[in-house]
Amino acid sequence: MNPDNRKVDSVQQTDTKNEPLESSVKPANGAFASTLRRDLLIVARHRGELANPLVFFLVVITMVPLGVSPSPAVLSGLAPGMIWMVALLATLLSLDGLFRQDFDDGTLEQLLLSPQAAYFSVMAKLLVHWLSTGLPLTLMAPLLGVMLSLPDTGYLPLIVSLLLGSGTLSLVGGIGAALTVSLRKGGLLLSLIIMPLYMPVLIFGASSVKAAVEGFSYNSQIAVLGAMFALALILAPMAIAGALRMSVNN
Amino acid sequence: MAWQWFNRLGSPKWFYEKTSAWMPWLLTLSLLIIVGCSLWALGFAPMDAKQGNSYRIMYLHVPASIVAMAAYYVMAVAGAIGLIWKMKLSSMVMKVAAPIGATLTVLALFTGAVWGKPTWGAWWVWDARITSVLILLFLYLGVIALQEAFVDQEMADKASAILSLVGTVNIPIIYKSVDWWFTLHQPASIKMTSSTIAPEMLYPLLAMIVGFYMFFCWALLAATRSEILQREFKTKWVQKILMADVASKQATGQEA
Repeated sequence: MNPDNRKVDSVQQTDTKNEPLESSVKPANGAFASTLRRDLLIVARHRGELANPLVFFLVVITMVPLGVSPSPAVLSGLAPGMIWMVALLATLLSLDGLFRQDFDDGTLEQLLLSPQAAYFSVMAKLLVHWLSTGLPLTLMAPLLGVMLSLPDTGYLPLIVSLLLGSGTLSLVGGIGAALTVSLRKGGLLLSLIIMPLYMPVLIFGASSVKAAVEGFSYNSQIAVLGAMFALALILAPMAIAGALRMSVNN
Repeated sequence: MAWQWFNRLGSPKWFYEKTSAWMPWLLTLSLLIIVGCSLWALGFAPMDAKQGNSYRIMYLHVPASIVAMAAYYVMAVAGAIGLIWKMKLSSMVMKVAAPIGATLTVLALFTGAVWGKPTWGAWWVWDARITSVLILLFLYLGVIALQEAFVDQEMADKASAILSLVGTVNIPIIYKSVDWWFTLHQPASIKMTSSTIAPEMLYPLLAMIVGFYMFFCWALLAATRSEILQREFKTKWVQKILMADVASKQATGQEA
């Protein structure tokens, strides 16, 4: 977009801001709902892409018995950490596309220029990302648990920890995606900057399953994962909105 | 009036001229302390009852680890100031703090490994502190990689400022979770500082920490100054300094 257009847009933006207060109550809700609807529609029209992280998840888990050992005793020891790690990597790989298309076709710029708070539209985008990667990965995890002969007591904490943890992964990963969206080769860099931030989630996620398998209580790990999710839910969209503004102004 | 110094920091020129006088003092003093304390620590501090002489690497290891941590906060705070007040100088400090901090982190990990071999019998142990310092190194490398990835300097500054701030929120979480992860797996079998350290050993250590901090300040200032010269290359005052430098070099060349 050339500078002249931007000027026109910013004028329009101030105009809408001057409208009476009643209309300013709606926008936050409106931005969230309309972004959610639009992104869900896009996901629905590219249904094939939904399967990619799941196939990745399945293929990498298949490599574990091939590379390490097919013996159930060995696999059941590895299962909690392995499933969590691969779920994390699958999320990481899906992140590069989170804002890429919207950035390329200018949608992102329009979103940020709109008078509505970027916080909510970013939140809607992340929700769609979680619905299309985190949730399917969580639902598929028990199947992979069976393949890695995870003991029976591990399934409930596996699902609960992934449900909470994958939300945090989407939120924190969104920061990396927003920072690198304007770079042509952002993929590897994105993994590099986000992986250290993922480590606490991995530690608590995997250890909740491990604790359950070993017969201990796993409430504290789940509580910490919940706390991380709450913190990320508040702070991450702000960092993402800031990073997107930076990327778009390039 | 009270905030004048803060506003002045916005001017790289003022900063460059002000710090010119400090540089030789800071370097001499920090080197004196580091070399003097090394002699003190290596030659005169008493030998450890259990570890023998091998403990003496502590005098490098502990200061390097402490300053490596502090450098991250210097970087993050400088990044935040640059992001909020759009202060050019502060973005430069943030940029140069990352490689210095990463180097100190590598030094801390290396000296730790060298110390670990005789005391624990292994170069590398998955201990909570070691792991969290390793993650700190990854955070530094991420900031450096992000800084390098952008062609536009202003964008690079903003992006790495956001990343280092996100990292700051994460550092306590990472430290706590790694601590927790370690205590879950094995009870603390490696507790080095359970006995209080003897004063004859402590004083050189404290002095060494001061020396490392001063050296860090010097390195940070020196790197910032060269960053200023690079970024303000086209301004008149930098050209003037460069011309004077070239002239003095030519003069000495003719003499020789």
